[in-house]
Amino acid sequence: MDIAQVPQTIIFYLEPRSGVAPYIQLVRQVQHALRLGMLRTGDQLPTVRQVVSHLAINPNTVLKAYRELEREGLVASRPGQGTFVLRALAGPTAADQRALRAKLDGWLDEARGAGMDSQAIEAFIAVCLRSHSREEIA
Amino acid sequence: MISALQAQRLSKRYGHAWALRDCTLNIPPGRVAALVGPNGAGKTTLLHLAVGLIAPTAGDVEVFGWSPRRQPTVVLARVGFLAQDRPLYRFTVEEMLALGRRLNPRWDDALARRRLSAVGVPLRRRTDKLSGGQQAQVALALALAKRPELLLLDEPAASLDPLARREFMEGLMEAVAEDGLTVVFSSHVLADLERVCDYLVILSAAHVQLAGDTDEMVARHKRLTGPRCDGESIGRVHSVVQALHTDRQTTLLVRTNGHIYDPSWTVSDVLLEDVVLGYLRAPGVHALPKPQVVSDSEWVP
Repeated sequence: MDIAQVPQTIIFYLEPRSGVAPYIQLVRQVQHALRLGMLRTGDQLPTVRQVVSHLAINPNTVLKAYRELEREGLVASRPGQGTFVLRALAGPTAADQRALRAKLDGWLDEARGAGMDSQAIEAFIAVCLRSHSREEIA
Repeated sequence: MISALQAQRLSKRYGHAWALRDCTLNIPPGRVAALVGPNGAGKTTLLHLAVGLIAPTAGDVEVFGWSPRRQPTVVLARVGFLAQDRPLYRFTVEEMLALGRRLNPRWDDALARRRLSAVGVPLRRRTDKLSGGQQAQVALALALAKRPELLLLDEPAASLDPLARREFMEGLMEAVAEDGLTVVFSSHVLADLERVCDYLVILSAAHVQLAGDTDEMVARHKRLTGPRCDGESIGRVHSVVQALHTDRQTTLLVRTNGHIYDPSWTVSDVLLEDVVLGYLRAPGVHALPKPQVVSDSEWVP
């Protein structure tokens, strides 16, 4: 009811059709904000009450997401105060990004040369990414 | 840990028809549980048994370990109930609050007023003159002012427009966040489930088909696609909920019991909605190990 009490650092959203469990969506949004520097060390995450009254979701979902982030060592909860960012996530440096981008551009040229259109490329990358992350887990 | 709502082979018969049969359930405290199922599946009967409005034909139901029929005063002090046909009287909201104050020892008047003013319900207005959304908010505020530990709601948002429904759900979830109360609600609205509930009970034809933690339930069910087969070998280890065949392909909705090793199947994740619809389409399946074969014509993608 009183969302303005604590200045909010980020605002969560849900993609109901994404097929990703709501608590994982919240975890990813925090990770994303950490990578992009939208959340910094010491920042407070929205309170459970704030998220619940904004998204009309189950508070247990928010708690589950925050517990997961805590387990990953990204945030810490202080009883009675809230949940705070412990460390930011380092994304690639600008130089790394440029180098990766150059390689990817080269690969995309090759793919187009082999007759793939954008959709085919996206599908191909999605499949590669999925099997790659599966190997990582296994 | 004592269950918020526990049923042991709970059954209710009206004449020759079973409204609920052998219902065994265990809803832990602090959960938001949804009862899902077609009309006549027994959702309302289960809720009415839980508040003691009706007596079971057989079996037992307990609320935090107490029987609603044998210890009604203990149970009723802890339970809030929103019936489907929100009974409305020609009273003003203010008069309803006064009534609640007199009837309930643990009444929290400040809480009711805070909620009603937050959603802009005029206290001097007669309840039958309010909009559907405001009536639902009044009913919710009155139920919460009782300070229940368990709140039962029968189709709470069925008649509301999308905005009113969203506001109602926001109010309900805020109450869960503040007080940690247990909620059990019946619903037809699948879209609400994923946001709101963390425990799901699927009822069909008076039986419980499936009950459990939503995330676990979704993680355990997989869609398997592969070349046409009868699905029998997979059914020996896992439970086939639904099988769909074309001439060339077989698609199964499976409740897995561990990893799927057979490489001829492509395994993919499902949405909560897929799980619910899969069970509702196969009302005879109680996650039995036998495959349930549905002919092509019944396949609604």
